[in-house]
Amino acid sequence: MTGAAEDARLLRQLRVADFLSREAKLLDEWRLEEWLALFTDDARYVVPGTDDPQADPSRSLVLVDDDRERLGWRVKRLLSGHAHREFPWSRTRRIVSNVLVEDSPPGRIFAGASFVVWRFRHRHADPFIGHADYDLVDDGAGLRIAAKRITIDQESLSPNGALSMIL
Amino acid sequence: MNIAPLILDDRARGVFRVHRSTMTSEDMLALERERIFSRAWLYVGHESELAEPGAYRRRSVGGRPLVFVRGADSVIRVLHNTCPHRGAIVCRQDAGVAKTFQCFYHAWTFDNRGQLVGVPDEAAYAPGFDRSERSLQPVARHDSYRGFHFVCFDRDAGALGDYLAGAREILDLVVDQSLDGRMQVVSGEQRYSIRANWKLLAENSIDGYHAAPVHRTYLAYLQGTGAMRPGETVVTGRARALGNGHAVIEYRAPWGRPVARWAPTFGEVARGEIEAIRAELRSRYGDERAERIADWNRNLLIFPNLVVNDIMAVTLRTFSPIGAAEMDVTAWEIAPGEESGERLARRLHSFLEFLGPGGFATPDDVEALDSCQIGFAADGVEWSDISRGMAREPRPDDELQMRSFWREWHARMTGTRRSDWSDGRFAA
Ligand code: FES
Ligand SMILES: [Fe+2]
Repeated sequence: MTGAAEDARLLRQLRVADFLSREAKLLDEWRLEEWLALFTDDARYVVPGTDDPQADPSRSLVLVDDDRERLGWRVKRLLSGHAHREFPWSRTRRIVSNVLVEDSPPGRIFAGASFVVWRFRHRHADPFIGHADYDLVDDGAGLRIAAKRITIDQESLSPNGALSMIL
Repeated sequence: MNIAPLILDDRARGVFRVHRSTMTSEDMLALERERIFSRAWLYVGHESELAEPGAYRRRSVGGRPLVFVRGADSVIRVLHNTCPHRGAIVCRQDAGVAKTFQCFYHAWTFDNRGQLVGVPDEAAYAPGFDRSERSLQPVARHDSYRGFHFVCFDRDAGALGDYLAGAREILDLVVDQSLDGRMQVVSGEQRYSIRANWKLLAENSIDGYHAAPVHRTYLAYLQGTGAMRPGETVVTGRARALGNGHAVIEYRAPWGRPVARWAPTFGEVARGEIEAIRAELRSRYGDERAERIADWNRNLLIFPNLVVNDIMAVTLRTFSPIGAAEMDVTAWEIAPGEESGERLARRLHSFLEFLGPGGFATPDDVEALDSCQIGFAADGVEWSDISRGMAREPRPDDELQMRSFWREWHARMTGTRRSDWSDGRFAA
């Protein structure tokens, strides 16, 4: 790769890493309305089960398969004070790393990152460890998320028991 | 251990209490393993999970590793997943299709019917070495009802059909939503664990009383999407003890049902299709049964640890203790075998709005169970109260279902027999 192309790739990588760090901060601080605003109107947010990370949610049972509308309800629910597993909110800390940017068509960035999310509640420390794949819209108005798909590395949601917060 | 005084069942006064040591004691769990998990019929899997000869699923049932497998002869068997040689786990993948299973320890090989077919250096054994007595061992008892396969580790147990008792009729209603009576387990398992005693999930899965307070955010979602009117009652219907500790609640509720009650979240295009399914059910089963299948919800508990909840989708759920205060849960979705494409996608979408560890409801159930277990462990209060509805015709938001469970639990733990699991006066 020539010097200029390599520089452009690294710059994109840096923009995405910066964006993902900001996304993680919004989630850690429970600023979920602002987090939701990062998504496009036709966005999809998917968390497959631990048994099959490749699962197609239109044919297989997964854990979460939200369009933008249901993602909105998810946020509303978590902010209501009546989502009992998250009221009071658990303390979380997301470490996002290994950000990689793939070849992408113009106006889009396909990217991936590994994460460790620590969740603290009821004197337990429950980690979620995995990887997130993003389809980002890059149209000059700042990055937005068109699709986010999670892979959880653990064999079972154990001992954490539920996906009560947002990964 | 003296179990007898751990349940207080006073029908005359309408009082039912359970001692909380039943939820916290490891000795109690050891006794449950002996008297319940080693003697009751336990769900192992569904026939649709073994679509072709050689297909297998690794399962853990009642704490025992098993292989649920369809042999080359198309017969479904359940085998202990431990090598008859010196014990190693033979099948080490969760699912697949295999002609043979080879133990990795000393390389004994078994066919998909469990027969020993290969031993390295067999000549090292004495003359008369009998392969057949060194084959993978089948479980003591194995039988199925309408596609649901069960095992029992007690050779002397009664027949599965008698065991299921009144639960058979409820399973029929679930299976008959498939027009050719063929349900399929949709691919994908939800695996999670809860820091709570396994019996808390048996109670919770058939508890209509908690729906309004615990699932308030789900009801808000139903109202927001137009499925539910403000002030509408959440559940109306009945509760029944089905015999042998099984119980069901049957009720009407505001949410949509893929078979065959339309709700706005299904979208306008789905309306006609759902009407057509309903019409087909009517012509096949008559108005009354069709309405029961289409409009009524049912939460069924088959003692001790199988839940079939036919609600905004149909979920199968089993759970096993891994300690007095912790359980593993596995959940599946079942759907009519004829569903695919948009129809199946609609059902999957409906499932996830409420069910599973990422749904709008199950996480809050998990929290309730965690919370009860913390309360039990504190040890300051000895008894829980399960008396609701004991002096009236039982409703889905009463607690007859739990009493029926606990009456069977108590009978098995004390080695006695029961013939009536209801509240007596109001026996259904
Ligand atoms: S333990 Fe399986 S071959 Fe020896
Ligand atoms: Fe619930």
